Amino acid sequence: MFVSMNWINEYVDLSGLDTEELIHRFTLSTAEVEDIYYKGKDIERVVAGQIVSIENHPNSKKLHLLKVDVGNDILDIVCGAPNVRLGMVVPVALAGGRVCAGEIKTATVAGYESNGMCCSEMELGISDDHSGLMEITDDVKLGTDICELYPIRDVVFEVDNKSLTNRPDLWGHYGIAREFSAITKRPLKPIKTDDGDYSAGDEIPVEIRSDLVYRYSALRINSIKKTVSPVAMRIRLFYCGMRGINLLADLTNYIMLEMGQPMHAFDGKKVDSIAVGTPSENGKFVTLDGTERDVDENTLLIYNNDEPVAVAGIMGGLDSEIVGDTDSVVLESANFDGVSVRKTSSRLGLRTDASMRYEKIIDPEMTVTAIRRFVKLLKDIEPNCEISSRLSDKYVKKYPERELKFNKKYVDRYTGIDISNERIVETLEALGFGVKLENDEFTVKVPSWRATKDVTIKADIIEEITRIYGYDNFEIKTTKSPLKPVRAEKVKSEDALIKDLLVNKFNLHEVHSYIWCDGKKYKRLGIEVEENCRILNIPTPENGTLRNSMIPTLLTVAYENKSFAPSFGVFECGRVADGYLENGYCDERRRLGIVLFDKTVGEKELYFKALNMLKFIFRDIKHSDAVFSKVKEVRHAYQHPKNTAEISYEGKKIGELFTLHPMNNQKLDKNAAVVCAEIDLDNFFAIKVSDVEYTEPSKFPAIDYDLSLVLSDSHKYDDIRTAWESLKIPELTGAKVVDLFEQNGNKSIAVRLSFSSQDRTLAMEEIQSHIDKVLEKLNKIGISLKQ
Amino acid sequence: MQDKTSSLRETFKELIGRVNSSEEIEKLRVEFLGKKGHIASLMSQLKTVPNEEKKAFGQSVNELKQKIEQQLAEAHEKIVKLEEQRQINAAEDYDVSLPMNIEMGSYHPITVIQREVEEIFRTMGFTIEDFSEIVDDYNCFEAVNIPKYHPARDMQDTYYLDNGQLLKTHTSAAQNSIMRKYGAPLRAVFPGRCFRNESTDACHENTFFQMEGIMIDEDISISNLIYFMKTMLSEVFGQDVTVRLRPGFFPFVEPGFELDIQCLICGGEGCPSCKNSGWLELCPCGMIHPNVLKYGGIDSEKYTGFAFGLGLTRLAMMKYGVKDIRVFNSGNLKALSQFIGK
Repeated sequence: MFVSMNWINEYVDLSGLDTEELIHRFTLSTAEVEDIYYKGKDIERVVAGQIVSIENHPNSKKLHLLKVDVGNDILDIVCGAPNVRLGMVVPVALAGGRVCAGEIKTATVAGYESNGMCCSEMELGISDDHSGLMEITDDVKLGTDICELYPIRDVVFEVDNKSLTNRPDLWGHYGIAREFSAITKRPLKPIKTDDGDYSAGDEIPVEIRSDLVYRYSALRINSIKKTVSPVAMRIRLFYCGMRGINLLADLTNYIMLEMGQPMHAFDGKKVDSIAVGTPSENGKFVTLDGTERDVDENTLLIYNNDEPVAVAGIMGGLDSEIVGDTDSVVLESANFDGVSVRKTSSRLGLRTDASMRYEKIIDPEMTVTAIRRFVKLLKDIEPNCEISSRLSDKYVKKYPERELKFNKKYVDRYTGIDISNERIVETLEALGFGVKLENDEFTVKVPSWRATKDVTIKADIIEEITRIYGYDNFEIKTTKSPLKPVRAEKVKSEDALIKDLLVNKFNLHEVHSYIWCDGKKYKRLGIEVEENCRILNIPTPENGTLRNSMIPTLLTVAYENKSFAPSFGVFECGRVADGYLENGYCDERRRLGIVLFDKTVGEKELYFKALNMLKFIFRDIKHSDAVFSKVKEVRHAYQHPKNTAEISYEGKKIGELFTLHPMNNQKLDKNAAVVCAEIDLDNFFAIKVSDVEYTEPSKFPAIDYDLSLVLSDSHKYDDIRTAWESLKIPELTGAKVVDLFEQNGNKSIAVRLSFSSQDRTLAMEEIQSHIDKVLEKLNKIGISLKQ
Repeated sequence: MQDKTSSLRETFKELIGRVNSSEEIEKLRVEFLGKKGHIASLMSQLKTVPNEEKKAFGQSVNELKQKIEQQLAEAHEKIVKLEEQRQINAAEDYDVSLPMNIEMGSYHPITVIQREVEEIFRTMGFTIEDFSEIVDDYNCFEAVNIPKYHPARDMQDTYYLDNGQLLKTHTSAAQNSIMRKYGAPLRAVFPGRCFRNESTDACHENTFFQMEGIMIDEDISISNLIYFMKTMLSEVFGQDVTVRLRPGFFPFVEPGFELDIQCLICGGEGCPSCKNSGWLELCPCGMIHPNVLKYGGIDSEKYTGFAFGLGLTRLAMMKYGVKDIRVFNSGNLKALSQFIGK
């Protein structure tokens, strides 16, 4: 919103104060100022001049040779404006003066000397009209500086609309002036209004058919002959971001900018009775911008004899718009439900200055005052206008009056500093609150313009007191709360440990990605987006499905980084939605995804590197080992049917380790090995950290015994391990694979078993008898010693 | 006999002057000090020496023996030194300016910033909490005083899911759960990923990180809020920062503030990075709205508190001079692999 300091000064005398400093204090106490504009600063030596002679330029059809009386001189000026007329009074920029476009110099134009320039409104920066010269119709003395005639010089600042969301009272200059009054402790002047009793004539019938209406006030005014607003008013409208249309429309806009009350002027010849309600069926309505709009049963409309004439609080209709030839107006000053206006406005895609104000839930007390202000301004311009109806005023819904009680101690507790009772009273009164103070107990009546939603509880009062007091004036103090030691949460520290290991020990790179599947990128790798929870309103529907695994996204990351290095690994600790829970909510899981990409080693080597990595993480963080076992059926089509392993701990699934289906591997990179792992961190964090088990090293020598075994293709290491573990030999203290090789289709494995005892040196015969039992077990499952 | 001792001394002197290696020294040692060496043979002649000379003779042989031992040791040391020096001279001069091919992993910059800020809060007695990304309407809006049809819901364009849940638009969505979990007094920060349905460009992302903090106790005041903000931000930026509060509207706080810090680049003079204002808008904060305390099961008459939100993504951009916010979620290792070490 744009705020004119000239306008503010009408309501609070800020003379003698530095304007920029004032605006800075407004930012600190009220709302953020985004920009300051110095209007009219470029306009110099522009005076009122009368065209006293016009000759056509001999060589140009467009140009005229003028003689212009500027009071103390008659100037020769060459002018190209189409609307030049003998006797016309226009702004003349003298040689050496300035307009928006720059400095004016005496110059030769098409062979004739021109000693100045006649100006359009745009050249003076007071409108965007450059169709012709500005005509000064007021009675002025020739040679008077234009800046003395009209309020061209002004400081206008722009407030961030978002910072006014909760302040309906600041959507008009008067409300802003009240803030300046409180900030500067200078008095706020009342708004000048007409004091007629509007009791003559018939009342315009107003029927309220909907509970979305709070108040509807209306008045008919006739005999309005003037159609153009005064220059000063048009300048102000333009500086505040609007443009002059016609007198009646300008007046409604002016009052909206001044008081924050939107008004609508219906053509008095076309509107004679008002009803407000919602239509019983869907239909069409043409707003005054000429657009046909769909209205439904939720759209609050204004009717004249059952014909819709306006969308309430948003925009009038084309058919009842004020046009040039009318001299009668039916003035609407009303208050509608803010939420309804907002919803309708967003449904119609039509946000107007009026709807923006209604959305903020403005004060219904204003409607009649706004009408009185309108009449006052109109009478100043058109003294012969006539009020030709009684005032209609249907005030059907009121906001409750609010009274808040608090004491000095409450303020002290909230602020942490000592703001005096006098200061509190003074601030609140300046902002329009009614204040009663008895023995440190305050009773505060909230003014109507703050009571619609903004100030409802005593904490709201704290804000009023402190923002005017100034946060810069606060003493900065620490709390008296006792300090308690805080230990890192297990989840946090394990999460950090995992990242530390992956980065520092395994040289992986941590990345972040999106929580939804990127359909396009998945497709490039031949990955189908699997059915899962969807985002309803994502702009790109192919990305609308939430991911149920970290891996596909990490594969796209690997794909996009193929040129980064021949060998690299990425990981992400993120979240997935793995289907739904029983209550219908998403089963959100914390997951760790790892993808290794390598063109320098084979897939097998990379697979075991990943296996080693995962085992390391378990051993390091949990001090125990996870179980890895091949799955019978893969869950995702991109997983390799043979080399997908489940990671589990005490029977609970913790994650998966797998290579890619050849089709996906091919699409990602046919020359690279790719291995993926995913850990469910919620399950991982839930695993208890085992205590470190300490065994006193034996004082007696350990004896190693190597077994060289021949395996068939279906044998796994686990089969061999089970053979000796099932024997539960207490002296068997370790087993290690020392060699693994394949020859002529036969797999063989060399295992080193270690035996030791805490209390004696083991005899060879004893060990041999254990070995015999182990071999016997192995023989039963078809594993024999290598010959 | 004394002559024999003297001549032996002379002989040794001559020989020791010519040794060049530890082998020669060893040979000399055996020749003079060995079981069958010159000294032993002199000593064996002791019995032939007259009694009155025995003492003097014994002494002089012993002296000679000691002298020889000493000189042998000295010569040995000298040879070892020479040998070491020779090795040093012959050693290769390694080029330490050679580039090493160091393979290093990297942390995501958000992780780095998050750890740093978490650590600061931990030292100030705050617990660090985690919260889900998929939340319900109650936690994200209702419980933080944003009822249905509140304009603030429009301000934060929300991703709604087909099961009625939504992606959390702000970390405030965790406030209610954390208040219910711990009650008052309470100090907690909760970092998290937030989502806004808006189009992305160099300055806007639909997925970004925030960190929110709350402190609740009896008599927590605006004055305390300013203290904590100033202290925390000074730690984050590693220098004393000047803060200022302006009124700001957020439904979950009352009063609500926008906190600005004096621009660290120009020191408040005005420069392009602060758009010539001298101030940078950094974090929204305020005194927790009594309704929010109430919803969280905390007695709002007894307790007050403050809350603040920090844009971690924004902080990371400031700290590392990242100009395009989309880098964070890009997975682009050319950019991300630069963030080595925590």
